[in-house]
Amino acid sequence: MNVLLPVDTELAPAEAAYDSKIEGNVIFTRLDTAINWMRKNSLWPMPMGLACCAIELMATGASRFDISRFGAEVMRFSPRQADVMIVSGTVTYKMALAVKRIYDQMPEPKWVIAMGACASTGGMYRSYAVLQGIDQLIPVDIYISGCPPRPEALIEGMLRLQRKIDKEPSFVEQKKELIAQLTKA
Amino acid sequence: MTTASDAAQALNSKFGDSILSTVEFRDEHTLVVSLEKLHDILAHCRDSLGFDVLTDVSSLDHMGDEPRFEMVYELYSLSTKVYVRVRAAVSEDDLKVPTVTNLWATADWHEREVYDMMGIEFVDHPDLRRILMWEGYPFYPLRKEFPLAGKPSEMPDVAFTGVAPLEGGPFVTQPSTAGSISREPRARN
Repeated sequence: MNVLLPVDTELAPAEAAYDSKIEGNVIFTRLDTAINWMRKNSLWPMPMGLACCAIELMATGASRFDISRFGAEVMRFSPRQADVMIVSGTVTYKMALAVKRIYDQMPEPKWVIAMGACASTGGMYRSYAVLQGIDQLIPVDIYISGCPPRPEALIEGMLRLQRKIDKEPSFVEQKKELIAQLTKA
Repeated sequence: MTTASDAAQALNSKFGDSILSTVEFRDEHTLVVSLEKLHDILAHCRDSLGFDVLTDVSSLDHMGDEPRFEMVYELYSLSTKVYVRVRAAVSEDDLKVPTVTNLWATADWHEREVYDMMGIEFVDHPDLRRILMWEGYPFYPLRKEFPLAGKPSEMPDVAFTGVAPLEGGPFVTQPSTAGSISREPRARN
């Protein structure tokens, strides 16, 4: 789905390109691309730190690895201000519904990264107390292997999420859950 | 009283009949006592023998034996630096143990954990709720008959549990001199 900026397609590009006063300050693009470009470079994470993966998550945010290089340094401890939930650690059954509730409180568009073996599959905890993968409760966009993953792996995951966001039809599908709720009711 | 064997002797002379056996293994002293006198003996340990720290409270499940369960108390004296372990058997028909929270406040959460995981009730405990699992969880997960993979349960809006896929596990190590490949954790069928 291509949504074009409302410009006069015949004359405007040529005029803008050759007008020396605004040359270089005007970009012609698709609305989808523009929105995605803004979204993917300002991903505000919701740090769902549940176990040792959260230590690596903190390292990723700190100066040595520094995810502010990719616009994702603004950790938000309120789900209402967050874009991507990084589930880093062992999701116990006792915590599982709390994680889902926080996910539900995040405004769309929203993404989820399952960081590490436990959040992805339950990891080594094949036991009565641990949810066998957070994807049983909420949709996951990116899985990161490792126990715990290195900060580089998390950064790679964030970059892959950026690539995924780049391909999304952002303008028409930005309120998927809301539309699904409205059409169901 | 300066050593653990002194303490064991002092308890033996005072509570002779209630001390069912004493075990000494590599300088660790264990007293197996009867459940009726358990609280008196532990109170005597604290007040007269100087065991001012309760290091740990745990429980054992000897499934198939009678009595089935066993309480374990680890005592420590800060002044003489002596450890003593006190055990008492608990029958499955009457799963009630007197609380020791009135002797050591730290027993509060320890006893709650035993109650949560093993289902042993502590009489006169000030706040006997589950501590790790949620109120209403129907099982006691550390009992021997409880499967490692867990059992399904459902409490709407509180929590749920499922059965973990074991895929031929549990994955256990095997002592061997053959090499790391045969030692490493894998399913043993």
